[in-house]
Amino acid sequence: MNDRRSFFMITCIAFGFAFLYIPILSMMVFSFNASKLVTVWDSANSPTLKWYYSLLSNEEILDAAWISLKVAVINASGSVILGTLAGFGLARFARFRGRFTLNAMVTAPLVMPEVITGLSLLLLFVALEQTIGWPAGRGITTMTIGHMTFSMAYVCVVVQSRLATFDTALEEAAMDLGARPPKVFFVITLPIIFPAILSGWLLAFTLSWDDLVISSFTSGPGSSTLPMVVFSKVRLGVSPEINVLATLTVAAVTLIIVGVSLWMARSARAEKLAA
Amino acid sequence: MIDVKAIPAVKASPWNDPNVRPYVRLERLTKSFGDFKAVDDISLNIYKGEIFCLLGASGCGKTTLLRMLGGFETPTSGRIFIDGDDMTGVPPYERPVNMMFQSYALFPHMNVEENVAFGLKQDRVAKHEIAERVATMLELVKLGGFAKRKPHQLSGGQRQRVALARSLVKRPKLLLLDEPLGALDKKLREHTQFELISLQDKLGVTFVVVTHDQEEAMTLASRIGVMDHGEIVQAGTPTEIYEFPSSKFVADFVGSVNIFEGKLTEDEPQYVRIASEELGATIYVSHGISAAPDATVWAAVRPEKIYMSTEPPDGTDNTVRGAVQDIAYLGDLSIYLVKLPTGKIVRVTRPNTSRHAEAITWDQQVYLSWDASSPVVVTR
Amino acid sequence: MTGRGLVVVLPYLWLLLFFVVPFAIVLKISFSDVDLAIPPYKPLWEWTGKNALAIKVNFNNYVFLFTDSLYIKALLNSLKVAFFSSLLCLIIGYPMAYGIARARPALRNVLLLLVILPFWTSLLLRVYAWIGLLKANGVINNVLIWLGIIHEPLTMLYTPFAMYVGIVYSYLPFLILPLYANLEKMDWQLLEAAEDLGCRPWQAFYKITLPLSRNGMLAGSMLVFIPAVGEFVIPALLGGPNALMIGRVLWDEFFSNRAWPVASAVAILLLILLVPFMMWYQSVQSNESAGSK
Repeated sequence: MNDRRSFFMITCIAFGFAFLYIPILSMMVFSFNASKLVTVWDSANSPTLKWYYSLLSNEEILDAAWISLKVAVINASGSVILGTLAGFGLARFARFRGRFTLNAMVTAPLVMPEVITGLSLLLLFVALEQTIGWPAGRGITTMTIGHMTFSMAYVCVVVQSRLATFDTALEEAAMDLGARPPKVFFVITLPIIFPAILSGWLLAFTLSWDDLVISSFTSGPGSSTLPMVVFSKVRLGVSPEINVLATLTVAAVTLIIVGVSLWMARSARAEKLAA
Repeated sequence: MIDVKAIPAVKASPWNDPNVRPYVRLERLTKSFGDFKAVDDISLNIYKGEIFCLLGASGCGKTTLLRMLGGFETPTSGRIFIDGDDMTGVPPYERPVNMMFQSYALFPHMNVEENVAFGLKQDRVAKHEIAERVATMLELVKLGGFAKRKPHQLSGGQRQRVALARSLVKRPKLLLLDEPLGALDKKLREHTQFELISLQDKLGVTFVVVTHDQEEAMTLASRIGVMDHGEIVQAGTPTEIYEFPSSKFVADFVGSVNIFEGKLTEDEPQYVRIASEELGATIYVSHGISAAPDATVWAAVRPEKIYMSTEPPDGTDNTVRGAVQDIAYLGDLSIYLVKLPTGKIVRVTRPNTSRHAEAITWDQQVYLSWDASSPVVVTR
Repeated sequence: MTGRGLVVVLPYLWLLLFFVVPFAIVLKISFSDVDLAIPPYKPLWEWTGKNALAIKVNFNNYVFLFTDSLYIKALLNSLKVAFFSSLLCLIIGYPMAYGIARARPALRNVLLLLVILPFWTSLLLRVYAWIGLLKANGVINNVLIWLGIIHEPLTMLYTPFAMYVGIVYSYLPFLILPLYANLEKMDWQLLEAAEDLGCRPWQAFYKITLPLSRNGMLAGSMLVFIPAVGEFVIPALLGGPNALMIGRVLWDEFFSNRAWPVASAVAILLLILLVPFMMWYQSVQSNESAGSK
């Protein structure tokens, strides 16, 4: 009876993971395909790195990647600050004026369809430019502001849930030993929730790096991000260079996520041992 | 109505009567997890109407044994018979056995009444009968007014009684209780122990209780099985376990005890003498034992069976001198730790019968002595 | 101001300015007229002379949305697609979340990581991957022809089927994670208790696990449903020209037709439709975190 049940479970899980991974794996395999037809394997000349060279000498993609990188880094750093403050406030202060509003404001961007957020941000920027002259035109600044608005919500959730399992006795002990609240935050709380903040940073970076819709609304001429370039290429059909880009992205993400997870698992174990 | 005229609880000792058929029979039961034997070749008979307590430290295999009785674990080898039927491979939902879980496992999305009715609904008992039996059961555990409450609206003691009602309402042949009082505070625990006994008395259901609390086992049990490393090291009535432990482990695990190692010097059917270096004296025991001559044996003496006086007692057997090293005042009694010249520390308890008991105090020289019938001699 | 106020004031003001205020502007513009200017709409109010303020509220954009059947159709179709996508995610995701929650702890973390990993790689690239799989000379058709199951390539790309595949594929992790978090907290002894009281395993699942995971299912489905209603990228890339989704309509009104007031009206309509679901989601979430304490 037990065996049949677990057989069913294993089949379901295997099917689910196949569904999640086959598309990604097929992209990776075909990034080494010589044929321009992408999905028709040219066994005579494959595997080849030719599309890798081609991607790395594609000015348009490289420029867009550089813009994306700038936006993503500034966005991640800003979001971490705003999101940590919001998460800390929500997790630690049971009651303050505007708590309900703040909570609603950080939950809403998580589920809000991007077209709405994008449109409303653009209209805000246009209205601001008309009335106070800032921001003058749209570009990296407006995109970054747009990205931060929804990224900080994700950071806030991550930080908040980490603080929920945080033993407040540690903070109380520090205060008992004479540290004032700001000092307690920087010396005790921050180091302990650092893994959560790091994953918040990575999350915010990725959200920004991947974003198409909000960038499209809030970008200006000459500030196309990588997803915007990819989108216009993909709309015209498959392209071998995009396979290469996808492979590189997956490889980088896997390395970083697995590395960070291992590091966090180790520090979590150390924390458990110390406790 | 639940039939309360009931089977009388075990007043006689069916385990001593070869003609009584055991109600639950375990035959060479073993459960391994990989290389680890959680339960190791246990054979045991439990009789109808008993409260049988499995007592042991955590990890001794008592919970695994209980879970095998409930059908949650399949034995690696051996058989389980309940009321004559082989239950070894029968899944939990087909066993006439119910379990009261340590966490109570009350369904959080159902109220008290729905929780208690759950098992009867599974058996497709008629609706009006379910209502009647649930109401009677809730009255019996004194929760009549709480039928519509959800588990999280109840106190710990009330939850415990819901769990009990839920497992009893199906009238199981055997009720398994996993640390039934473990989550309650001390006062409530004592009170509940007696309630549990009277309930069992009324319903006549056979109980198997797992506990690590020896006091709980002593109060509840008709018999106790002391477990260690997957084996039952001794099974017997609370008195037998306490007064006649079969090994150092049992003597030490149940209650506190002073154990003196020694060599058998005289071995007669009516008495023995043991020379103990640890004690610095000879122990005289007024009953015979079975051990090889010159064997190393251990004499176990309970702290409450040791007399302590400032004057030398009559007779020379079983008497030593020592100095009081420490005193712990517990209210009803006091514990004295007395250091013998050999360095051995002896534990003595004395009831505080009068408010100004003759003052035996720190560093005082005292005489310790005990009756020749008090020591229990064990060979392992 | 207290120390507490100082902590939250920055994120609070930020969200107020860049998240809440913009909706007011969207609302305002949805009542404006289209204009051939930059920006392409007429102001809602104007100083006409010394002390007179002329306010022109115009409901034409909304009237237009309800008279042209395109918008209503797109809206209904978006709701339908989002609903069935959530359902499909639930059907595929529930066994996965359940299996992960019941796996050995070491294995559990690995499986969880595998669920999260695709979420970290670009949505755009993952959707793109399906183009390669689904197109006429794509991987799936090639494999099926090679196996001899079909002789002519199936038309899969640019169909509703492709769109569903894309949405379910992209949003599956969003359903699995909250559901897993819910199931992981469950006391498995409740299932043993149910079996002890006479339930077969599937009955115990139906009577105990399923009702207790209700909040997790709701939260997860909502995380799929709400964004899917307004989804733009997936219908644009996989759905083909006939995939009528409201997010796409908004995009086209804005970028192709430069009809900002109409796009704003669509956004407001969509928002009104989604706000009840968002509030539901939030109440489910706060129930869920209250339940875990």
